[in-house]
Amino acid sequence: MHSNGLFLQDVAGFLGSYYISVAIMNAVAAFVLWQSKKQVGWVVCWLVFSGVMLVLASLALSGSAELVPALPPMVRNLVNALSGPVNYTLGTTALFSMLFILRKFFVQPMVAWTILNAMLVIMGLSMADENFASIVMKPDNVPIVGLVFLLAFFTWLATSQAVVNDERIKQGLPPMEKLNDEKVLVWPDLVYTELICMVAVSALLLVWAIFLQAPLEEPASSVKTPNPSKAPWYFLGLQEMLVYFDPWYAGVVLPSLVVFGLMALPYIDFNKKGNGYYSIEERKFSYLVYQFGFFELWITLIILGTFLRGPNWNFFGPFEYWSPYKVEVLNNVDLPQMFWVGLFDRPLPLAPAGASVLTQVGTILLREAPGLVVMGAYLLLLPPLLAVTVFRKFYAQMGFIRYMVMSNLMLLMFTLPLKMVLRWTLNLKYIISIPEISLNF
Amino acid sequence: MAIGETIRNSQIWKSIFRHPMPLDRRNRIVVMLTNFFLHLHPVSIKKQGIALSFTWCMGGVTFFLFLVETVTGVLLMFYYRPTLEWAYNDILALRDVTSLGILRELHRWAAHAMVITTWLHMYRVFLTGSYKPPREFNWVIGVILLLLVLLLSFTGYLLPWDQLAIWAITVGSNMARATPILGYEGPGQQLLTIGGIDMITDGSDARFGLLGARFVGEETLNRFYVLHCIAIPLAAALLMAIHFWRVRKDGGISGPL
Repeated sequence: MHSNGLFLQDVAGFLGSYYISVAIMNAVAAFVLWQSKKQVGWVVCWLVFSGVMLVLASLALSGSAELVPALPPMVRNLVNALSGPVNYTLGTTALFSMLFILRKFFVQPMVAWTILNAMLVIMGLSMADENFASIVMKPDNVPIVGLVFLLAFFTWLATSQAVVNDERIKQGLPPMEKLNDEKVLVWPDLVYTELICMVAVSALLLVWAIFLQAPLEEPASSVKTPNPSKAPWYFLGLQEMLVYFDPWYAGVVLPSLVVFGLMALPYIDFNKKGNGYYSIEERKFSYLVYQFGFFELWITLIILGTFLRGPNWNFFGPFEYWSPYKVEVLNNVDLPQMFWVGLFDRPLPLAPAGASVLTQVGTILLREAPGLVVMGAYLLLLPPLLAVTVFRKFYAQMGFIRYMVMSNLMLLMFTLPLKMVLRWTLNLKYIISIPEISLNF
Repeated sequence: MAIGETIRNSQIWKSIFRHPMPLDRRNRIVVMLTNFFLHLHPVSIKKQGIALSFTWCMGGVTFFLFLVETVTGVLLMFYYRPTLEWAYNDILALRDVTSLGILRELHRWAAHAMVITTWLHMYRVFLTGSYKPPREFNWVIGVILLLLVLLLSFTGYLLPWDQLAIWAITVGSNMARATPILGYEGPGQQLLTIGGIDMITDGSDARFGLLGARFVGEETLNRFYVLHCIAIPLAAALLMAIHFWRVRKDGGISGPL
């Protein structure tokens, strides 16, 4: 408690001004609502909430470490105990699915505002935890916190417009963007907006630069490897993929495919609708694929890699101490091992010493037959199979080449979540493992 | 006569700005056509196309951040020497001694912000379907620009030459070692042998090409410095010019047809 007390004294000033900002934000919201003379119930609600935030602020600023508002240790331990790569991934997937399915409910301004406040309060309470704060407050990690809030805001902004447009299109009306067809002069309407944006961004940067010092650690030393060693934060999604794949795939092939896939996107997406306005219903398939790739396979992995991966790349709960002595059991098995040893109780096929190259290659192919069959079926059989079933319409409209590029990119993208699930359920390490040519998949 | 009017009527002023103040409709059109910096814009635009709730202004902010990075970066180059002796000490001096050391903070935070605004810009373009014909190729250029933004940030990450820097670059560049065929730990590199001699070794593989050495050392620092300050910004500037030009040529800011 005492060492924690020192930390709480340090963070109290920040938390105090943090809660005051939230209080002011809600007071302004209440005032704006009151001015518009709508939703009086919410005015009272945000005023009361603002008052509660002021109470939290005064508790934080009371000068007594015990009074700083924080999550009870029981809750923190529970969160730590419940978090792990599996629950994290399934939980975020469930969360995104819920937000998507119930989007008409979540885009309502008052619901969105409630969620924002909840996020802010949870953030504030969590910051009173030393382990949480030490990771989140690392100067280079601060942008990720900003990214989370910005993504939440802009996704709300886009979805609320898409929901309105979808409803209008269903009624046979043009999208909202079409209504404002009037033309204006760029001077002053656009150049002034740009000027104001530039001033606002400059001000934000200056405040950020004044209050947060850029990190500078000890001088570089090629003999002192930090644990954990992490790439810059925007590449941590890729580093997280290394848990499931070898570097040649996670670090080279998959990133290249991401770039290639993004470039191919406008040529694959043959849907003419939804050009130049927000909509979801008109382009559900491309919307869902993009959102899955962007949120689930990029952003959540970055957050996982930055905030929840500690020494030895072990998983740590958000309130857990990053102990380098944490040991995790690694009992992953390759598919050939499962097949030959597990299923048939035979040793792995092995070429006799001094065998000809042809025999060696043959033995390797035999040994890896189960993996090669699985991957062959996945990459070669599935595209035509899908073309005559689920993607029948797509295939007809896209033509052979376009369809093959699309289906293969999708299948390769889904190797990541599939491998994750296989790892969690079967402890599968590699589907194909040919160390002879460093090829593990 | 007001001093402002005197200045605006002088020969010098008139030689720079070839039009009167943009106060009436005619001159507001003329200013867009005769000013080099403004002629990037059209003269008039759909009101919807510039609504902030529609565009989020993220592409513009990204470009502005690029300019911030250029200005602060050039100034930082006066202070910083990319050698093992000086790199770390120069950054240390920027923090503790140099009067305008905050330039480094501005540069670093604007770099992080630029990565985020690029993603948000791309996100908006996707959500409004603005990559669809006739803007397909401009989206492709945008993807390359995204890659360049990440590479700019990545190469800049090494320059402070502290533990954070070299280990982040070591972890990042270790991936290149596993490049299929061309990395010395990559699948299939064993196949590239001539007369029993490996063609792909740790002294000739993709990672060596990236680092200029077998590990992150002085050669890497120099290489990343040149990439960061000259090569990638030049490439990005060229592609940005094309990107903006194509926005105009491909039908302006997107909107419902």
